[in-house]
Amino acid sequence: MYLKPSYEIRDKYLRKDMLPTIFCPGCGIGAVLQYTLRAIDDLGLTQDEIVWVSGIGCSSRVPGYVNFDGLHTTHGRALAFATGIKMANPNLKIIAFMGDGDAAAIGGNHLIHAIRRNLDVTVILINNFTYGMTGGQVAPTTPKGLKGTTAPYGSFENPFDIAELAVAAGANYVARWSVFNYLQGINSIKKALQKRGFSLVEFLSPCPISFGRRNRLKTSPEIIRWYQKITVPISKAKNMSPEELEGKIVIGEFVDRDRPSLVEEYEAYKKRAKKMMGWEE
Amino acid sequence: MKYPFPVGQVDFIQGDEAIARAAILAGCRFYAGYPITPASEIFEAMSLYMPLVDGVSIQMEDEIASLAAVIGASWTGAKAMTATSGPGFSLMMENLGYAIMTETPLVLVNVQRSGPSTGQPTLAAQGDAMQAIWGTHGDHSLIVLTPATVQEAFDMTIRAFNLAEKYRTPVILLTDAEVGHMRERVYAPHPDELELVYRKLPVNDEEAKYPFGDVHGDLVPPMPIFGKGYRTYVTGLTHDERGRPRTVDAEVHERLIKRIVAKIENNKKDIFDYETYELDDAEIVLVSFGIVARSAMRAVKELRKEGIKAGLLKLNVVWPFDFELIEKIAENAERMYVAEMNLGQVYHLIKEGANGKAEVDLISKIGGEVHTPGEIVERIKNDLR
Ligand SMILES: Cc1ncc(C[n+]2csc(CCOP(=O)(O)OP(=O)(O)O)c2C)c(N)n1
Ligand code: SF4
Repeated sequence: MYLKPSYEIRDKYLRKDMLPTIFCPGCGIGAVLQYTLRAIDDLGLTQDEIVWVSGIGCSSRVPGYVNFDGLHTTHGRALAFATGIKMANPNLKIIAFMGDGDAAAIGGNHLIHAIRRNLDVTVILINNFTYGMTGGQVAPTTPKGLKGTTAPYGSFENPFDIAELAVAAGANYVARWSVFNYLQGINSIKKALQKRGFSLVEFLSPCPISFGRRNRLKTSPEIIRWYQKITVPISKAKNMSPEELEGKIVIGEFVDRDRPSLVEEYEAYKKRAKKMMGWEE
Repeated sequence: MKYPFPVGQVDFIQGDEAIARAAILAGCRFYAGYPITPASEIFEAMSLYMPLVDGVSIQMEDEIASLAAVIGASWTGAKAMTATSGPGFSLMMENLGYAIMTETPLVLVNVQRSGPSTGQPTLAAQGDAMQAIWGTHGDHSLIVLTPATVQEAFDMTIRAFNLAEKYRTPVILLTDAEVGHMRERVYAPHPDELELVYRKLPVNDEEAKYPFGDVHGDLVPPMPIFGKGYRTYVTGLTHDERGRPRTVDAEVHERLIKRIVAKIENNKKDIFDYETYELDDAEIVLVSFGIVARSAMRAVKELRKEGIKAGLLKLNVVWPFDFELIEKIAENAERMYVAEMNLGQVYHLIKEGANGKAEVDLISKIGGEVHTPGEIVERIKNDLR
């Protein structure tokens, strides 16, 4: 893949009057945004056919910075809003940019149901293991034992594996990478954007300010070393025992399939309705 | 265009069914909902009709998602609706505020049942009037319509869509289990007879640059819907005329909220609607809305028969509210009574409107049954004794 210089991507896609972003130095959100824009650029998709949707959180501020139609909604509800947009105008392509708290806590129910329906949407999920915007409370993804302001002695709950959840609920495409896997990340987003139905690309993304500070993960070397320690490629994980996988996060491509999407199902349903009513042969 | 129900003629149907048919005639092509008594029949009728008219009807995972989907659909240019009852209405409050803040046209039907909580699921009430008006957080305004008959449920549904489009705002159709479930004769007009309103769209890029401004000087900005190349950013955060978040700027916040409120309140005369009966020389003025207004009308007839100068003010809209009208009526009255199926909600509006010019009393009834005309008559005669 030929990588265009960053300024070209910036000039083409970002709203200059919205810059600078609210993101802290060292935050991973900007990197994932760049991967997403590069994927769009590489595929030659036009800015007028894509709508960005988000909920509330640092990650959800992304649609404000990109020069596309965008709906910045209520906390956790992005995929419910997206359902209305996509079903009312199936010609639009939808990118939902979400945080892990947004998607898996308050929005958990919308997430599993959007996947169950196979809603035509590409979810780009920033998993920073915390609630960044509200200052570092624990999230449903916080690894057990790590700290947040609402679990100052270390989280005592079991974390969600969002990628596995998405596979089980029926998504057409699911991948997970850390922000440091940039080539794999861009390729996955490209695949996801070309999919009909539900696709999700999860990124393990550093939040040095709200999360890292409390967990000795504040500087880039610390974060990179930690990611190296906790992540396992999916091919390797297949041959590991459950004990060996304890506390690890599997990265890679989890599923790539083509179950019929919600839009296709509804088109068929309309035909069925008209036939059953004798309106059409 | 072919319709899956009779148009241009009379039919004998339930209130909920009438709302669904009217919505489709008003141009609604997106419905998202979650089942709840006594509103489910609206959803069921929509499910039957929508695929036939190339619209969408979808059962969401809850009411939060339902209103969210409706807002999303509206931003693609679709006329969109959801319907619910008490508990579902409560769940919708955050997204209702979002729709107000982002100036999204839509219709939200609340077929009221008795609460709080799951209360009396199958029985009527008027306990959500204040929630409809003030339920979402923050300073805001919106439109609340209150039908009393199945025909009114039909006509007001069309009006609800027209007002939503005209003022780019959510409109609540506040009805109740009684109107929702009762069957009456309804005339469904032929589509050619209908006057439908469609939202203003930007006519050029310049207009589209200010989706939250006042480009026409009427406080209602054109709505640059998604997919037309305008690249509009819509946020529930405080935003400037271009839609850019400006969360700590007091001036921007004040300008935005005051315009959103003013576009409704300044057009009160256009939106507010009422009917009067025997009001000209009335000393006793009954005020009612929705199903109770029908008992109140009968009560006025009975009272007149007994030589008591009673009259009726029937409210077809409870927000925006014409307080000046109430004061004018109060000036000529001795006493006003508000009959409603709650412990006193619209009563507070009337009392404020009357402004001390007349005594205002409440004739309240809860538990699921509508006031009988006799109960209203008895109460008034007792007070006069
Ligand atoms: C209904 C509601 N509850 C709570 C909040 C406060 N809130 C804002 S952002 C946020 C969490 C964001 O965390 P996450 O989704 O992980 O995104 P991040 O900021 O980490 O990118 C919360 C709880 C809100 N805005 N709305
Ligand atoms: S708080 Fe964390 S997630 Fe939010 S911008 Fe800062 S580093 Fe990024």
